[in-house]
Amino acid sequence: MSDLPDLARLTLDLLLGFDAALLRIIALSVAISFTATTVASLLGLPLGAALAVFRFRGRALLVLLANALLGLPPVVVGLTLYLLLSRSGPLGVFGILFTPTAMVIAQFILALPIVTALSHRAMEGIWRDYGDDLLVSGASRPRAIPTLLSIGRRESLTAVLAGFGRTISEVGAILIVGGNIAGYTRTMTTAIVLETSEGNLAFALALGLVLIALSVAVSACAFWIEARSRRPQPPETA
Amino acid sequence: MNPYRRLHLALPTALALLAAAPPTAPATEPETIVLASTTSVENSGLLAHILPGFTQQTGITVHVVAQGTGQALATAAHGDADVVLVHDPEAEAKFMAAGHGESRQEIAWNDFIIVGPGADPAHIAGTRDVLAALRAIATAKAAFVSRGDNSGTDALEKRLWKAVGLDPTAEAGAEAGAAESAGAKGTAPPGGGWYRDIGGGMGAALNAAAAMDAYTLSDRGTWLSFGHKADLRIVLEGDPRLLNRYDVILLNPQTHPQAKQAPAHRFATWLASPEGQAAIAGYTIAGQRLFHPEADPKP
Repeated sequence: MSDLPDLARLTLDLLLGFDAALLRIIALSVAISFTATTVASLLGLPLGAALAVFRFRGRALLVLLANALLGLPPVVVGLTLYLLLSRSGPLGVFGILFTPTAMVIAQFILALPIVTALSHRAMEGIWRDYGDDLLVSGASRPRAIPTLLSIGRRESLTAVLAGFGRTISEVGAILIVGGNIAGYTRTMTTAIVLETSEGNLAFALALGLVLIALSVAVSACAFWIEARSRRPQPPETA
Repeated sequence: MNPYRRLHLALPTALALLAAAPPTAPATEPETIVLASTTSVENSGLLAHILPGFTQQTGITVHVVAQGTGQALATAAHGDADVVLVHDPEAEAKFMAAGHGESRQEIAWNDFIIVGPGADPAHIAGTRDVLAALRAIATAKAAFVSRGDNSGTDALEKRLWKAVGLDPTAEAGAEAGAAESAGAKGTAPPGGGWYRDIGGGMGAALNAAAAMDAYTLSDRGTWLSFGHKADLRIVLEGDPRLLNRYDVILLNPQTHPQAKQAPAHRFATWLASPEGQAAIAGYTIAGQRLFHPEADPKP
């Protein structure tokens, strides 16, 4: 393949060139995925923990649902959201189709089941180990949730990073609801699709490498932050 | 250490970063319109070439959503665009008849071409009759990539096959089915025959044709700006049937009251103005003009 020799040079040019348009695309990718993942985490982490702590009718169904939605097809999310947000759809009055806001909503929907399911899986185990102690030491079940998340912060971090990984790499949904508008809703992944369709294969792949580098950097940052905080000791057992 | 005081560190950090980088545009956003357009004018670089001049002059930002003509018209029919720029006269006429459009005006043209592998198994290189060429491709059972995406290019290709008097889907299907097993009736496996419907944009079709040494119908703009031609070359051009006209359509304010009429109108007027026409004529790649202004004499 004749494009490959150019690849290393192109990638380096992209990384070191600080091209304004590229920086804007990267910034938008990060901002959208970060926002979507943050909102999904604020909801999904406690939700996963709650599913581990509380016993109620329909709990198993919710757990099943969160796990089933791990495989939610982005293009279906995008299409459904498109029909809802379209001017002729029920939410059309808000006029947010083809805006970054629509992209955040799409990615939030994709990330929420991932964060919830992974959080639940981890918190279930921690609740088995610490639950009785927490309840004996006087904590109510609702108050046990933040404690659980704190004890399982590494697992929570994994859940958050998995959600972020889903959002930053996703293209099917945001292409439909964002429209890949240059300088407005064009992200790393939609730019890669566009460059591929223009036959600029080496450039598209170089963009892909930049995206991977970005993912690695985010993960590294997250683990660095996590490593600076010691895992708390389990509470004293009676 | 009391575990209750321990907070998850990632979340506050995330919030701080979020506050520093809000994803939505600032409130003082200048006037913007959404242009539903075809991939050929966007991917060829034409819009990127002419839009900055328009924005500088009027302060109106144009958000281009590039889709196939069929999808672009559907987007506008849903009310999700303010103005349309497409290239399928028949689909446009239906759109107008359905009451979606107020006015339709030609603003540029170029032509379609048949590209194919250097080996040219159907021996059509240098010919000018597109119908004879398609017949030769079908007779030779040479690989042919079809967009199959209801775009303007796809619609023209289907019309041309019709004019030839062939249904390539059935032809290729029957051939593939016969090859598979004698007596096996029903729908043939897709992709088994010489006629390959890829269901994608122009760039995807060119990528596929390059990979499969196949012929395909392309608009000249996308072809000239396409970066991965491999062994593909133009084998046929110059048939008047391959004319490709681009029209700008303003939406009917009665059926689409939400469309931003005033800036959309300014955009359409500007495209047709001497200034807009000069901008279109001024877009070249390697010295070749990709789009002709409307007034240029057609072949």
